[in-house]
Amino acid sequence: MEDQVLLQVKDLHKWFELRKWGFIHIGFVRAVDGVDFDIHYGEAVTFVGESGCGKSTLARTILGLYQPTRGEILFEGKRLQRLGRWYRSQVGYIQQDPYGALPPFMNVRRILLEPMVINHWGSKAKREKRIREVLEEVKLTPVEDFIGKFPHMLSGGQQQRLVIARSIVLNPKLLVADEPVSMLDASVRVEILQLLEGVQKAHNLGVAYITHDLSTVRYFSERIFVMYAAKLVEKAPVQELIRNPLHPYTQALLDAIPDPDPENAHKFKEVPPGEPPSLLRPPLGCRFHPRCKHKIEGLCDKEVPKEFEPGPGHYVSCWLYK
Amino acid sequence: MDPILKVEDLKLYFRTTKGVVQAVDGVSFELVPQTAMVIVGESGCGKSSLAKAILRLLPRNTHTYAGNIYIDGIEAMKLNDEQFRREVRWRRISYVAQAAMNSLNPVVKVGNQVAEPLFIHNNLTKEEALNRVIEAFQIVGVPVDFVDRYPFELSGGMRQRVVIAMALITNPKLVILDEPTSALDVLTQANIMNALKRIKEEFELTYILITHDISTSSELALDAMVMYAGQIVELGKAGHFYLEPLHPYSQKLMASVPTLREDKELEFIPGQPPSLINPPTGCRFAPRCPKRFSACDHEPPMVNYKDERKIKCHLYT
Repeated sequence: MEDQVLLQVKDLHKWFELRKWGFIHIGFVRAVDGVDFDIHYGEAVTFVGESGCGKSTLARTILGLYQPTRGEILFEGKRLQRLGRWYRSQVGYIQQDPYGALPPFMNVRRILLEPMVINHWGSKAKREKRIREVLEEVKLTPVEDFIGKFPHMLSGGQQQRLVIARSIVLNPKLLVADEPVSMLDASVRVEILQLLEGVQKAHNLGVAYITHDLSTVRYFSERIFVMYAAKLVEKAPVQELIRNPLHPYTQALLDAIPDPDPENAHKFKEVPPGEPPSLLRPPLGCRFHPRCKHKIEGLCDKEVPKEFEPGPGHYVSCWLYK
Repeated sequence: MDPILKVEDLKLYFRTTKGVVQAVDGVSFELVPQTAMVIVGESGCGKSSLAKAILRLLPRNTHTYAGNIYIDGIEAMKLNDEQFRREVRWRRISYVAQAAMNSLNPVVKVGNQVAEPLFIHNNLTKEEALNRVIEAFQIVGVPVDFVDRYPFELSGGMRQRVVIAMALITNPKLVILDEPTSALDVLTQANIMNALKRIKEEFELTYILITHDISTSSELALDAMVMYAGQIVELGKAGHFYLEPLHPYSQKLMASVPTLREDKELEFIPGQPPSLINPPTGCRFAPRCPKRFSACDHEPPMVNYKDERKIKCHLYT
């Protein structure tokens, strides 16, 4: 089972049409523009990228909330578009803002019951048993204290535990976690990440973990996919990527992350100039070339880089490694 | 050197329907000129309230506001509100509020917004003020033609720079930065930290940086203050705090910081910070503290540890 592919994404595009006054076509926002990857059973992968690079659109497309413009998504070898409602019970979604994700007028029991009612899962007694099981699992214990509470009575960390509980209540095979800890306090973050890791290991779940914070990645996943301007620029195992980043963008990203060291206050960081490009009219060739200090004139600004494999399992889309 | 800011036994309590919230409870510290002090702690520990108390930006439900504040030699508590507004706020201290980049007025061009403190505090004409705005934009690294843009036409990083330009425009001596980079991407964050460092040296500023992001705070910090439940628990040089924290809370806090380059087991602090309505007597961290012992039922004193830092803990008496 371990090495089998759970989710396969091939040449995925998601473009949003931009119109003026509702009917004049201006162009497409290319939020996801040619992405390939796969997630194995029981494997946690991380997508890292800046805001606006398309990682949340990618998450929503994997979840089936958006129809892909081009390309296909295969879940257990079957095309997503053909799976319909059943797929929704196979994939759990952990939102970024727990308070916004929980309906304020439902109590904990009702929130956890809702997915089971919608998917016609189990009998009444079985559902009640399952609610208690997942609450135990995310350590919202003693269960009796929490089961009648409303979201506003819970702290941020407890709310996020509840969101995790809801995402696993139907025993999915895949979890999509979109910045699950970015709204939480640093001391709670670790707790939630450890919980998520525990859940993932216990049920052998595939997890797509989406974040902009590279420093938490190591504690969680096996592979990292680095996303820049709607494309995946580098894919590698976590330790390999941190020790040996190849793409100039990944290098800049890693250099920009500080470790708590008092020496930092006395030196300046080297940061690539400029900002990520507009996805409406992305630059020709490599999308990082206007900010890149290693760019090759006549190549990087003309041709889209191919994907190379300089090390085993380490893929990079950059002409430097041809 | 004379301190630029001296705070003595500052208290700020709020009235709520459930009781009195002791958001800032007896905080004392000094800042020497041209330092940068970082204030860290969990959310709800009173960091932002402390900033508001220093600036006297008090909400209507203020219950107690007491203590002494000396800003640049002025005894701030003796001034009335109008004098404080004229003499201190923006003249001597300016403030970059939390999520400030989203608090720009959406229907006013950013150039005019940044010029506003100049109209109010320096009585400049519009033309003079706009010239100063252009200078300030150059300092923080905003392209000059952005003066005529509206906030929605700027990216998050640029808006944050605009807000920083606004805080610098009247040449204050002390700038309070409340989570200046928390909503930004890593590269933008590094860029803004670089800009803040450069500006600090160029204009001989003093910073107070309020944050819960300990890794990023190390980019700027020379001094560090750790707050827990409305009180200071550790106060000293940043180097001491980052490398060898002494208070059990500071130690736990540092152990929960994920690092990229070194391998360590992450820890978390079990339990929750106490309610600031009727906080526990004795040490406020005792219920969550792994090293508590009998003495912790009594309020710990502020200990001068080796004359280099202050720690509020019985372990070091």
